[in-house]
Amino acid sequence: MNIFVCVKQVPDTETKIIPTSDGSFIETASIKWIMNPYDEYAVEQALLIKTTIPEANVTVVRVGSVKDTEALRTAMAMGADEASHVAAGDNLDSYSIAKALKGAIEKTGRKPDIILAGKQAIDDDCLQVPQILAEMFNLPSVSVIVGFEMNGTTVKVKREVEGGALEVYEIATPVVLACNKGLNTPRYASLPGIMKAKKKPLAQLSLADVGVTDADRRVKYSGFKLPPEKPAGKKFDATDAAKQKDVVAQVVGLLRTEAKVL
Amino acid sequence: MDFALTSEQREIRELALKFARNEMIPLAQEYDEKGTFPTEIFKKAWELGLINVCIPAEYGGPGFTGLDGVIIGESLAYGCMGMNTSFMANDLALLPIVIGGTDEQKKKFLTPFTQEFKIASFCLTEPGNGSDAGGIKTSIKDGGDHWIINGEKMWITNAGYADLFVVYGTIDVTLKHKGISAVIVDAKTAGIVLGKKEDKMGHRSSDTRGVRFNNVKVPKENMLGKPGEGWAIAMSTLDHSRPLVASSALGGAQRALDLSIQYAKERIQFGVPIAKHQAVQFMIAEMGMKIEASRLLVHKAAWMCDQGIKNTEVASYAKAFASDSCMQITTDAVQIYGGYGYSKEYPVEKLMRDAKLIQIYEGTSQIQRLVMSRELLK
Repeated sequence: MNIFVCVKQVPDTETKIIPTSDGSFIETASIKWIMNPYDEYAVEQALLIKTTIPEANVTVVRVGSVKDTEALRTAMAMGADEASHVAAGDNLDSYSIAKALKGAIEKTGRKPDIILAGKQAIDDDCLQVPQILAEMFNLPSVSVIVGFEMNGTTVKVKREVEGGALEVYEIATPVVLACNKGLNTPRYASLPGIMKAKKKPLAQLSLADVGVTDADRRVKYSGFKLPPEKPAGKKFDATDAAKQKDVVAQVVGLLRTEAKVL
Repeated sequence: MDFALTSEQREIRELALKFARNEMIPLAQEYDEKGTFPTEIFKKAWELGLINVCIPAEYGGPGFTGLDGVIIGESLAYGCMGMNTSFMANDLALLPIVIGGTDEQKKKFLTPFTQEFKIASFCLTEPGNGSDAGGIKTSIKDGGDHWIINGEKMWITNAGYADLFVVYGTIDVTLKHKGISAVIVDAKTAGIVLGKKEDKMGHRSSDTRGVRFNNVKVPKENMLGKPGEGWAIAMSTLDHSRPLVASSALGGAQRALDLSIQYAKERIQFGVPIAKHQAVQFMIAEMGMKIEASRLLVHKAAWMCDQGIKNTEVASYAKAFASDSCMQITTDAVQIYGGYGYSKEYPVEKLMRDAKLIQIYEGTSQIQRLVMSRELLK
């Protein structure tokens, strides 16, 4: 049984995001990178499956910058068997990333039974790579899953819908699943795990190796800038009963012309 | 020359810090208030391999360097200096076996600590002998096919929970340092009487007690080295353990700095965050400077030990500088928090109480200066 887990390395949640001076991307030099928190649920789920099916192989796949492969190392320290890393810039669009992930999975020569991913990356919040990947593989997919059960070659998953209700799906594998918080509690990578991870295979690939070119880009970024700073609030004094009418008129006027909410 | 940590060391630090943030910090205040021993957290840390890091790989340990050890120590102390004292006490007790034990002793006593969760205690200090450790009065007498221990030990960390004691005594008090010997004692041996848990100012979640040994019989093969070799083992242990203890001061100081920065940016006085006031800025600058210098000393002292370079002097620099800095930094953190800092509602007063002990145990700051000057003037 072949389980693939797609992980992304994202800026730590406490990172102060600064656009580059030319506005082409964000400053990445001083960023501390972490494994996308939603991907941790995906890794954990793969490892939970492996505890019941010991012969299952868990391969983690990542597309992104070269300087750090720590998300992959962390996943292997948690217990994944091997990893593939496709070297690329950090500002690829979802389509290119999905295509690169597909290429990297195919490069292993193993047919995927289950592909797991986080439901979204907390950096660009696109929420679409798992679905695009499923389309490219022509596989069914379910996103935002909070429950998982394996019965032979079918999986039963639960996903949250509006209003707190749960949808329950039974799907024959192979399948692509995008994981949400609440699915499980990701384990820590143990110290012996960290030591063992060093010896686990990590395949290094380029975008060319997985057949991704500039022509695959569907989204071009026109610029990165911080949202405008919120101006200070305005105070209106309506304590004087005689002036209240004027003050109300002034507030309503500003709500129409400045805030444009009326 | 390279100041960078290896990618493996960065991962180890990340793991230990994550553990400190998720498992230790949320309970640190409550455990401090109630004086709760952190059994569950201790065990969880052991399961992740964060405990007993001094055990060599051939006896089932992680095969870490001293530098790896201080990286873990700093990170766990960031979570709680008090809990970390209990964690670290295992290393302190097992180090004499790592340093002075025979292959057989290491297999017999170290390996079980890697197979199941166990607690060890280091018994050196006595009610009448603290800094003057050479004046130990606990006697170790030859009883034919066993040793007989009699005496009283004081301020023994983890004593109430220990599975194993490493006890320093003397075969002949008139021999002074030359009579000091170390024996490994199973905690279940008859004649061991535990004192009551000390009600301490800080490190309140760690268990500290007196231990009395009344005619405690120990197998002959449990002595580390030959009779009279205990002092050399104890001194060598300190070269290893002082950087580790210093690392805990470093972790506490880093926490105090992080909390101070966070608070200084939030707290508004005179219409601006107090971080905009130079008086606060300078305190924060001082903290950062002392932490960086402490970290360099701690890492160097551990690195020297790993390289087999005599580090007695630098280990004392690290221990005294890091613990004195931690005291100053945690005191300033309370100052930055002002009235709130003095309240137990906020985390910094605990840091200040915890910092004090690191200037005292494992050689006071004054003893460290004695060691330094002795090395410098010889």
